Amino acid sequence: MTKQILIAGFGGQGILFAGKFLAYKGLTEDKQVSWLPSYGPEMRGGTASCSVIISDEPVGSPIVSKPDVLIAMNIPSLDRYEDSVVPGGVIIADSALIDRHVKRTDVTAVEIPATTLASENNMPTLANMIITGKLLEILDGFNEESIRAALGKVISAKHADMLEVNLKAIEIGSKL
Amino acid sequence: MADKVLMKGNEAIAEAAILAGCKHYFGYPITPQTEIAAYMAKRMPKIGGTFLQAESEIAAINMVYGAASAGMRVMTSSSSPGVSLKSEGISYMAGSDLPGLIVNVQRGGPGLGGIQPSQSDYFQATKGGGHGDYHLIVIAPDSVQEMADYTVKAFDLADKYRMPVMILADGTMGQMMEPVSLDLDIKPAPEKPWATTGTNCERKHNIINSLSLVPEELEKLNFERYEKYAHIQETEVMYEEYMTEDAETIIVAFGIAARVSKNAVAAARKEGIKVGLIRPITLWPFPTEVISKAADKAKRFISVELSMGQMIEDVKLAVNGKAKVELCNRAGGMIPSPEQVLEAIKNGGAE
Repeated sequence: MTKQILIAGFGGQGILFAGKFLAYKGLTEDKQVSWLPSYGPEMRGGTASCSVIISDEPVGSPIVSKPDVLIAMNIPSLDRYEDSVVPGGVIIADSALIDRHVKRTDVTAVEIPATTLASENNMPTLANMIITGKLLEILDGFNEESIRAALGKVISAKHADMLEVNLKAIEIGSKL
Repeated sequence: MADKVLMKGNEAIAEAAILAGCKHYFGYPITPQTEIAAYMAKRMPKIGGTFLQAESEIAAINMVYGAASAGMRVMTSSSSPGVSLKSEGISYMAGSDLPGLIVNVQRGGPGLGGIQPSQSDYFQATKGGGHGDYHLIVIAPDSVQEMADYTVKAFDLADKYRMPVMILADGTMGQMMEPVSLDLDIKPAPEKPWATTGTNCERKHNIINSLSLVPEELEKLNFERYEKYAHIQETEVMYEEYMTEDAETIIVAFGIAARVSKNAVAAARKEGIKVGLIRPITLWPFPTEVISKAADKAKRFISVELSMGQMIEDVKLAVNGKAKVELCNRAGGMIPSPEQVLEAIKNGGAE
């Protein structure tokens, strides 16, 4: 099985971090993975995106042009990528920042106010992980062991104290 | 897989170089390869090596020339416009028979171009770039693991043949992360009795120079160097074949284009189309013989490239009129989609 995931939003929302977490989680589960960031001028304040592929087989092209799952964390990302999602795929949108609904009717649309929830739970920078938690719940459920292992890899030693709050954010998302 | 770590291609090159005994890095930042320099800036001081951000690409390649002359394993890296600047120094290294690694993480051109992935420096890498009769060994990885593996191999080949070796990657290969094992095949660097390490008044001076004003002597040096190149063409060709046994159509692609093409080949096979892929790993020496042999059976070749069609010339030379050769390409920082390649497989590319 192969899951092609596209995560998109503003620079600074932790788009690349969420993607890295998913890639590491795949790696800890002995999957084949690839992670490809956008590295254009969008890094300097515009939109950011990253392609993550998690597969049981060797990954061919690392570029996700037809995602099975789209995480959209702002309006430009939903506008730009909504049509590219495969029929039957999943779109998870941060409804706190996106003031329209998903138009596609042939995909599973999940709209959660991740940014609001992050503020309410005193973790304002972790809307990305709340929304990632929702993604995990849809894909394969909340498996604390592999989530912990992946967070341990993706969070640098210097910021090790952030592990628990990231785990908490994922848990909040997974229960929505 | 416990021993695998996620790394960017650029970082994998840098770490592999250090593991291979490279203690000297000279460079100048340019997207999309700056992570190599950043990684070296962090790591080199810790292992007693040299990281030096030169005042320009030209300075950096000449520092590589100097360190290589002293017998050190040494490298530089850049992206397309920066490699153009280094081309004079690369020719001097070739003319002085100096080993060293040059990494080109290509971006769209010509000129300053853009910063997105490209393969449009194929001509520059394989046909010269600098002036004079010379070749580089040019290796094109298609995964982060290969970025690491072939960096080690590049140092070995450079020392073995006393010549510069280039890793020709692109923005995708540099920026993407994949699991990589750093359990690499490291061999110690060979003795370098030719290096300018000081005579201790015990031997003749070693002289490293590309200047040779007597044409008879310069001609002899060129002929000798080309004997070496002929040997490399016979012994060092690397390639991968994918589903070619019964293929009527064969895609030739390297690097990221090969990754995209593999998806297209797999999709076409599901529809019963007999298509395969030959992936040159060394672009020079080019896998001419394997393509020529494949052309005895296959009816059609498609060169898939992130350029206006450069490698296709070498494919045509190898096919030598035995089959049709078509082009499927994007340029300027764009990447062909698997669907575009599949379309070319089904309905033909540009001729």
